[in-house]
Amino acid sequence: MVDFGGTGMNEVGTNLEEKVFYLNRALLKQYADASGDQNPIHQNEEFAKSVGLPNVIAHGMLTMALVGKYVSDFAHGSANVLEYSARFIKPVIVPEGEDVDLTVSASITGISDGKISLTLSATSAGVKVLGMAKAVIRQ
Amino acid sequence: MLNPDSVGSTFAGTDSITVSQSEIDAFCAVVGETDTTIAPPTFTIRITLTQFEEILTRPEIGLDWSRLVHGDQKFEIFSPVKAGDQLACAATIESYRVAAGNEIVSVRSDLSRDGKLVISAWSTLVVRA
Repeated sequence: MVDFGGTGMNEVGTNLEEKVFYLNRALLKQYADASGDQNPIHQNEEFAKSVGLPNVIAHGMLTMALVGKYVSDFAHGSANVLEYSARFIKPVIVPEGEDVDLTVSASITGISDGKISLTLSATSAGVKVLGMAKAVIRQ
Repeated sequence: MLNPDSVGSTFAGTDSITVSQSEIDAFCAVVGETDTTIAPPTFTIRITLTQFEEILTRPEIGLDWSRLVHGDQKFEIFSPVKAGDQLACAATIESYRVAAGNEIVSVRSDLSRDGKLVISAWSTLVVRA
């Protein structure tokens, strides 16, 4: 569980505690196997560079899955996640031998009908990687 | 190029898919989820993208999957997915346009269990020029 602080105060405008995930080549391979997406741009540096990428990049859906874990934690379980969306605006670049950050934070943008709306922020190496990232959870 | 006549059409997937606990476990392990009784919110993307590829690359539809980039993704989850669920899949091509030579197609995946909708997922897929 992410510790979202002890006050338990959920109101519009509340900023949730930041959490940092780390991605490396091993995690990309693990996600490739778990998701079935074996595109070599997520595993093979030579191939990734041959198609014009700076290096191996993470699956956009891996980034979204990790941010989804942040949402599930705040929601006290995946069963309470009702909606989740994001735009893939920049890749998470994963050089060999490095653990790169995925820094996630969120703010509460709405509370109504027993639901909480979140706007999510996700950056890696200081670059925003997801745009328009939002979730709706059961309160 | 995608056949424009396919826009607005819904295509049934080939088979229903049974979710296994080991698949959920593997997905949970990647994100560090310890509660494996329920699939994480994005778990069904593996089913959805497989269905999209199978359907959109049919000769009569004609999308080139090899140059595909994922533009955005949305999930609406009506009922959590668990091991043993048998999910029927349908894909609807909602819109299609070409911008600067890139093909931009919006597709919706509907996964249902016993005739009831479980998850709808919208993907914008971009075929690079």
